[in-house]
Amino acid sequence: MAISRDEVLHVARLARLALTDEEVERLTGELDAILEAVGIVSELDLAEIEPTSHPLDLVNVWADDEPRPSLPLEDVLANAPEAEDGLFRVPAWRQ
Amino acid sequence: MAPVIDTLRLTAEEASGLLERGELSATELRGAYLDAIADRDGELHCFLRTVDEADGDGVPIALKDVISTKGVETTAGSRVLSGYVPVFDATVAARAKSSGLSLLGKTNTDEFAMGSSTENSAWGPSRNPWDPERVPGGSGGGSAAAVTAGLAPWALGSDTGGSIKQPSALCGNVGLRPTYGSVSRYGVVAFASSLDQIGPVAKTVRDVALLYSIVSGRDPLDSTTAELPEPVRLPEDESLAGLRIGVPTELNEAEGIEPGVGEAVRRALELATELGAEVEECSLPRSVRYGLPCYYLIAPAEASSNLARYDGVRYGPRADATSYQELVDRTRDAGFGDEPKRRIMLGTYALSAGYYDAFYGQAQKVRTLIIEEHREALSRFDVLASPTSPTVAFRVGERAGDPLAMYASDLLTIPSCLAGLPGLSIPCGLSEGLPVGLQLIGPQFGENLLFRAGHALEKALAFDTVPERWR
Repeated sequence: MAISRDEVLHVARLARLALTDEEVERLTGELDAILEAVGIVSELDLAEIEPTSHPLDLVNVWADDEPRPSLPLEDVLANAPEAEDGLFRVPAWRQ
Repeated sequence: MAPVIDTLRLTAEEASGLLERGELSATELRGAYLDAIADRDGELHCFLRTVDEADGDGVPIALKDVISTKGVETTAGSRVLSGYVPVFDATVAARAKSSGLSLLGKTNTDEFAMGSSTENSAWGPSRNPWDPERVPGGSGGGSAAAVTAGLAPWALGSDTGGSIKQPSALCGNVGLRPTYGSVSRYGVVAFASSLDQIGPVAKTVRDVALLYSIVSGRDPLDSTTAELPEPVRLPEDESLAGLRIGVPTELNEAEGIEPGVGEAVRRALELATELGAEVEECSLPRSVRYGLPCYYLIAPAEASSNLARYDGVRYGPRADATSYQELVDRTRDAGFGDEPKRRIMLGTYALSAGYYDAFYGQAQKVRTLIIEEHREALSRFDVLASPTSPTVAFRVGERAGDPLAMYASDLLTIPSCLAGLPGLSIPCGLSEGLPVGLQLIGPQFGENLLFRAGHALEKALAFDTVPERWR
């Protein structure tokens, strides 16, 4: 097994997903099969190879330091499920 | 009396001519597409929503639902964004608008562009115009099917590992995944930022080139964009004299390529030789074997980071909860479908302590090898050719329960995406009565080469883009 049920639960906590038991069960099997398939990248000896994080050779892209208008607050909050006094409203951190 | 408009055959270029010569009004033209949508979209489900008011007086356009459109709901095919109405336009939407292209509507996509069939859309699958029992490909199946069915003259899609090219192949039209960095991603719902590119879908190579010329170029709002090194040239030449076409063995003889697909591509390459091209075999030894695994580590890793923003605080629906922690965890579980969850989990795992080097780090190095292999091949050839998709359109449901079988749909498109290279898919024939796509890959910013090769082949192949059942 490439991944255990406990590891799936750990990763779900990192990913902030409240998975159901059924989802945990199914994902354990699916992730195991996928990890086995993608794991073949480990068979290459790449010690001397530089990693690529981005395919285009751009460095130090600067923007002119000129102020531009921002979105009005009303637009920023327009899609919020709950807003109050110009702020996003959420429940308390812990009850 | 206005001329009868056959939207199944009308190209964007022809439509633009009719408008310029005053033979047709923009309202009549737009009306013809809205009528076609009313007639045929009940069966095909290409559009998630249409727009009643025209916002331009030029040729209409459809945009994939990952592209933010001010005032028009944009969901990326996901419940987690249902009801989200952008307060600004994506740069590509703004550029289309300022060129007069009027928005017809937003097209269906696999959720967050993750998929190869549109079956992962939270709003139900789209159907292939050639055979509604089959998928139109994905993730941009809505845009591709809309163009083939005459519901839009052209459309914009997004491509991470094949989401423009593969649906175009399966629907029998032309799709371009441009060079990474040539089209702005500002305002486009992010999936995997080092791979995502926006690109055109249309019935002809010239239409694709025209739309590319409208949306491409540096955008101050996206620092990963670059100015095109040369202006876009609309192709005219019908000869391929002097063009060197490399045929990578591994992309053309990969396991899983259907015989009819291989045959159609071989015939197109024979035709290329007759048109004056030099066609020769070449090799990308590691790009195909390691491309798919490399992609399915890098793309989910970037997705797990990009999709962290969906937390039920700033937009989208929110799950009931008594604490902030519960709010985030429950909103995400309720909002994301199976495929985004799978990829978030896979990506989070690949980036987590203890696994980072073995998976994500190793995949980034494999990406370097793939870039080098393509660079070497393209130092000897102008373009590389292969099938776009190993198979013709598959049946709805056929791969839905098997993630690995679905992922294999992009086997041939993924390597050049990882290398950041442009790729064009043009229809090159039928197999089992369904379209086959020919993929042409060019060097960075080599779009003009692809347009030239694609246009000459398109003329010689004379593929009829109208599905047989509607002729």
